[in-house]
Amino acid sequence: MEKQYVYLDHSATTAIHPDVLEAMMPYLTDEYGNPNSLHRYGQRAQRAIEKARRQVAAVLNCSPREIAFTGCGTESDNLAIRGVAFALREKGRHLITTPIEHKAVLQTVKQLEEQFGFEVTYLPVDAYGRVSVDDVANAIRPDTILVSVMYANNEIGTIQPIADIGALCRERGVVFHTDAVQAGGYLPLDVDALNVDLMALSGHKFHAPKGVGVLYVRRRTPWLSTMTGGGQEHGMRSGTQNVAGIVGLGAAIEIAHTDRDAKNARLRAMRDHLVGAILEQVDDVQLTGHPTERLPGHASFVVGNVDADSLLLGLDLEGVAASSGSACSSGAITPSHVLSAIGATKREAMSALRLTLGDDNTEEEVAYAAEVVPRVIQRLRQYART
Amino acid sequence: MTTVPVCDIRDWTQLNVNPAPPNGKRVVVAMSGGVDSSVAALMLHEQGYEVIGVMLRLWAGEQGVVDERTGFVHNRCCTPDAVEDARALCDAIGAPFFLKNLEEPFREAVVEPFIDAYLHGKTPNPCLHCNRTVRFTHLLNIARGLGADYLATGHYARVVKGDDGLYHLYKGVDPQKDQSYVLYSLTQEKLAHLLFPVGHLTKPQVRELARQYGMPLANKPESQEICFIATGDYRQFLRRHAPPGAIKPGPIIHVNGRNLGRHEGLPFYTLGQRRGLGIPWHEPLYVVAKDHARNALIVGPRDALRTETVEIEQVNWILGEPDGPVDIEVRIRYKAPEVPAIVEPLPGDRARVTFPVPQQAVTPGQGLVFYDGDECLGGGLII
Repeated sequence: MEKQYVYLDHSATTAIHPDVLEAMMPYLTDEYGNPNSLHRYGQRAQRAIEKARRQVAAVLNCSPREIAFTGCGTESDNLAIRGVAFALREKGRHLITTPIEHKAVLQTVKQLEEQFGFEVTYLPVDAYGRVSVDDVANAIRPDTILVSVMYANNEIGTIQPIADIGALCRERGVVFHTDAVQAGGYLPLDVDALNVDLMALSGHKFHAPKGVGVLYVRRRTPWLSTMTGGGQEHGMRSGTQNVAGIVGLGAAIEIAHTDRDAKNARLRAMRDHLVGAILEQVDDVQLTGHPTERLPGHASFVVGNVDADSLLLGLDLEGVAASSGSACSSGAITPSHVLSAIGATKREAMSALRLTLGDDNTEEEVAYAAEVVPRVIQRLRQYART
Repeated sequence: MTTVPVCDIRDWTQLNVNPAPPNGKRVVVAMSGGVDSSVAALMLHEQGYEVIGVMLRLWAGEQGVVDERTGFVHNRCCTPDAVEDARALCDAIGAPFFLKNLEEPFREAVVEPFIDAYLHGKTPNPCLHCNRTVRFTHLLNIARGLGADYLATGHYARVVKGDDGLYHLYKGVDPQKDQSYVLYSLTQEKLAHLLFPVGHLTKPQVRELARQYGMPLANKPESQEICFIATGDYRQFLRRHAPPGAIKPGPIIHVNGRNLGRHEGLPFYTLGQRRGLGIPWHEPLYVVAKDHARNALIVGPRDALRTETVEIEQVNWILGEPDGPVDIEVRIRYKAPEVPAIVEPLPGDRARVTFPVPQQAVTPGQGLVFYDGDECLGGGLII
């Protein structure tokens, strides 16, 4: 098979869609106005971000007033959680979340716990990383003020039953937040159907540029902004808006949710082919996360007898961009907290492989990856024994 | 030995690099960010290899150099600056660059034996252990596993395939820089897949090349310290890492049996050491032995340091073990000159080394390396 370069790391980030870039271009060039200015430059920029807000609101089935644009998914999670905690600190100081959240959530609740006197309960997860609604019900106490459960997991792709969790929280009078960063381009985001009070999204996960996110806060949710200043974004997130990025996000979310089911079906078929090929050709490889309740383009594995970093390196050399489940900054290897939480051993938690497909992948590319991945694993294993 | 004019660097035939024209073969270059490995990568790129730069992350100890700007503590090896220099060089030649984490094998195969050796009265050379295990076993296997035909490093040594079909290891052409000593443990299987491009050049030629190619590191100082001991103070490192109570004060005893005082712990002394004993005596006193069983430091006059015969272990013979005693030359430590010796192979990868001229301070734990003129024949660790 001819050598190519295939990008299979869409959970990390995606390419800007050509139509998105086209929509953004005026705001990177001539239309440089500050949307908060009174003059016509400002007015045109203001109209552009309000159009984007309506595009997002249409997908979320909410009022544009409930949408704030932020700098990234992490910022949205921070604003959401800290905002509820601060607003309800007199009512109670108990937070509920899961051990498999993104660090944007985990580090935020940890700081609330260590610095501000809050208490955190981490829900149990099963071997697929799924939370049970019963466990949420059992964890809620009179002083519980917030439940935060991610929509879909970045490392293992598992989708949580957030509509059911949200319904329970509503019944019990507890605010419910979901980190929907990974789900953003693929799963239904109707906040009423999902019973969500706060939601975080990140544009670059669905073909918008980096540096722009969304925070949804349902009207009348007890919440206060921790980004104070000039009162932009209805006072929810002060700071001059990233106009071009916001315009891009608006265009991108609309594109992502047009023909969503058909695109997901195509992604699932390609993903299942890739997973099948790898499991069939290589011993000592396990799929991680839920086999069916998972993001459509998401495949994740634990690969035995291979160093995760060598595997990624080898795949890159042969033309497949992949990632590992474990955080790997400046060469330090730490076991994945997600894999540890679903019962993996330390060694397993350090040998994750994640292949995430996107709409811009072709069947030919997936066939190439299905041939390359087994070959690279087997060659590394051949020399690993001494 | 003819030297290679630097202007001919693009012509691989001048370099006698083993064993054949590159033809786009893949080579993993172990990068340190320093000038030697950078020039090695550059040369291989110019010669037509597909170069992949890899920097090893070997140690993340708590003891390190504090970066004054960021407060970040890092070690002498793989500092952010070194990583950036290596990455920049790879960028310039269009080569991929990766950091490869080998902290676990490094701790097991290098740092722990280093501490253990000191606690057993030896003076280890950790580079020997690292080269035998981490660099030329783990990294070589990784390179092969990545589909590379070769692993290259910036060592000053040469590998040449002889008419006898064997790979021969020679000193680097620059006598000041020769590093064949730390490579004595290489085997035929390993040498077949190793390239040492700068071994065919002198250090001034390497620096000149770096300058010609506009590399920013042409004037970097040499790094000589043990890479995982950032402060350069191995005593402090041992105090911190040895098990509690493992290092104890004990008696200083003269070879004539007289008790002369107290030492602070055997690992803090080196054979042949004269200063820092703090004992007034009518003639200069040297550390001549460490009696591990009695936790005693044995001192005596210079004559008592003389050794006529010594045994070595973990012996490697690059061209195969000889049938009986051989009359060759040996180095008893890294920068020592070669001296005549008779080396007699013993069972169990050992050998007995006899010096026709007795040697001073033959130190257990150090490498004893065999030579025949410019060729390194192997070596072992002094028991």
